[in-house]
Amino acid sequence: MALKRHIYLDNNATTRIDPRVLEAMMPYLTERYGNAASKNHSFGYEAEAAVEAAREQVAEIIGAAPKDIVWTSGATESDNLAIKGVAEMYREKGNHIVTCKTEHKAVIDTCKYLETKGCEVAWLDPDRYGRVSAEQVAEAITDKTILVTLMAANNEIGTLHPIAEIGRATRAAGVFFHTDATQAVGKIPIDVEASCVDLLSMSAHKIYGPKGVGALYVRRRGPRVRLSCRMHGGGHEHGMRSGTLNVPGIVGFGAACEIAAAEMPRESERLTALRDMLHRGLMERLSHVTLNGHPTERLPNTLNLSFEYVEGESLMMKVSDVAVSSGSACTSASLEPSFVLKAIGVPDALAHSSIRFSLGRFNTADEIEYAIERFAKAVNELRDLSPLYELAQESGEAGAGSGGK
Amino acid sequence: MKYGERVIDHFTNPRNVGSLDRNLPNVGTGVVGAPECGDVMKLQIEVADDGRIVDAKFKTFGCGSAIAASSLATEWLKGRTVDEAADLRNTDIAEELSLPPVKIHCSVLAEDAVKAAIEDWKRKNGRAKTDQEAGPGR
Repeated sequence: MALKRHIYLDNNATTRIDPRVLEAMMPYLTERYGNAASKNHSFGYEAEAAVEAAREQVAEIIGAAPKDIVWTSGATESDNLAIKGVAEMYREKGNHIVTCKTEHKAVIDTCKYLETKGCEVAWLDPDRYGRVSAEQVAEAITDKTILVTLMAANNEIGTLHPIAEIGRATRAAGVFFHTDATQAVGKIPIDVEASCVDLLSMSAHKIYGPKGVGALYVRRRGPRVRLSCRMHGGGHEHGMRSGTLNVPGIVGFGAACEIAAAEMPRESERLTALRDMLHRGLMERLSHVTLNGHPTERLPNTLNLSFEYVEGESLMMKVSDVAVSSGSACTSASLEPSFVLKAIGVPDALAHSSIRFSLGRFNTADEIEYAIERFAKAVNELRDLSPLYELAQESGEAGAGSGGK
Repeated sequence: MKYGERVIDHFTNPRNVGSLDRNLPNVGTGVVGAPECGDVMKLQIEVADDGRIVDAKFKTFGCGSAIAASSLATEWLKGRTVDEAADLRNTDIAEELSLPPVKIHCSVLAEDAVKAAIEDWKRKNGRAKTDQEAGPGR
């Protein structure tokens, strides 16, 4: 039996580097090794030129100007810089931040940290699909609010926030709007001007670029956002983020953005079709399967499902040749189930039964068909093992066998 | 965290999956855990007149370690007397499966399931009979 390569359906966790991105990076990992800040020789000039070319590519995918882009080590750092940077710079103006319970930990933990430092945070409740409305945001804003931070797309369930409407509300209230767009960039169109976004976090390794590099968009005009620096030491990036630039990573990031922007319309259609095929395939073969996330306002590649009566980690173990992730407590070090699912009102038992499928550029229809068969079989086998399924069958809640629901 | 071999073995080939008739007087049933916690184990024993466990079955909603722990428990129980079964400790299970610290609670739950099954059998049959007192069951 040939050794089969595992199928990767966990692209929201990270993505494979596209061969074209690697090709763009290679010269900067080999002969072009200059420090982009070396102002006095050709090694430095060529590194600087590459960085500036990448800056244009990254700015382009979000409708920004190159000067608005600050390089960071990733979206986590970008989130920290944006939120802490605004909180410290504008503390005379206010100390109130508005965010949502379903944000990424990089935003949540940063806001929790600021709460210990005297900031007040309004933690908005999303609806059952994970959406917060512009009205909720407008209502939460006070005269002490200095920042609204809401993600463009949720990493666990894929739900999209109405960014443009929220941006209009924050602009009208005179409050900065930061969005963690890590999962959205390259998957859906983003325009910081049309959406009145003032700060935006993004990361290379979610769009087929390398790990360890990201960016923060910082608006310079209409209004101008100033940030209190987190990383001191040389004044790079207009004093906003010191440190020698990760030239190869940045070059890769730029290439990844250019590719993603060019392929987005076709790719998002292709991914949506594959995602829906996976969803349909599982629903046709299994009963008691529920979707977590918005049915339509959702990333083209993300499908988060709960398979009732079956625990998520055991399901992943059974289908060990397909990589996915789960909101089950058993998969987290803290033994807590997914806080995102909890925040949208999914009962704990169903959170423990959840699987996140996140498709990507290198997935094919064959792989999806294989995944459908494997998961359907595994769910049925684990239901045969499940005392909860047995109980449900005895009480007539579950059918005698599998079947569509 | 990659799973140990024994967990994978018990998970891939679980022993004694199924159900006994809980209404039978010589069957003890233990159900522990809660769906909200992501772990529910149902463990059943069938006890002969001489106090020996002749069959054991389990069903588990839970992670690979939980399934492995309950599978191992049923395997261990068969052939032992009810008194011997009460001596089963979660540490025996954890050691046999090489469970990492974060999964130790699965072995604790398995021990609880065994004890619950024994308690249920005892309740249905009066006090447990030791080997010396072996005689016809009630």
